[in-house]
Amino acid sequence: MASEKTIRIYALSTCFHCKKAKRMLEGRSPSRTVIDVDLLDGEQKECVLAEVRKVNPRVSFPTILIGDTVIVGFREEEIVRALGS
Amino acid sequence: MDIETLYQTLRKSQEEKGYHFTGDEESTRELLQGLLTNKKRYGYMSCPCRLATGNRERDRDILCPCAYREEDVKEYGSCYCNLYVSKAWREGKVAHQYVPERRRGQ
Repeated sequence: MASEKTIRIYALSTCFHCKKAKRMLEGRSPSRTVIDVDLLDGEQKECVLAEVRKVNPRVSFPTILIGDTVIVGFREEEIVRALGS
Repeated sequence: MDIETLYQTLRKSQEEKGYHFTGDEESTRELLQGLLTNKKRYGYMSCPCRLATGNRERDRDILCPCAYREEDVKEYGSCYCNLYVSKAWREGKVAHQYVPERRRGQ
């Protein structure tokens, strides 16, 4: 099920749930961005963390944005719903 | 340390305390690899599913096994990253559900 919505995944390269989210959302949108926050550093990392904190104050991962919907954690049903709605 | 040694060492020591691997070999080994990666990166086995700072003192609560494992396994049958589960979870007697992050935002 492809989606026109923008997909943005904030993840950790060491996290298996993040990996499953990336896998599930592969090829699902022409505009999909994946950011492995643990691989960033310095100002860029702080900037991205500020983005995550805005939508998920606990700054946990994965934090997934599908259009305007924010999904915290690898929650398959919520992801499917957000893709389809 | 290689993943096989880590697997055997942890499986034995943690099962004695009532914490089991899930039986999903792919996810267990991926998580163990995450621990080894963090050990190389930071010098300590920080939780693979949480962002470490690289400051051991600040990351003290997320050194694996994390400070939240006991409460999470009690409440959900699984720790946050699903590396460790209860016997009941492993035997399918407990619903396999998403474990929310207990740790305060950093």
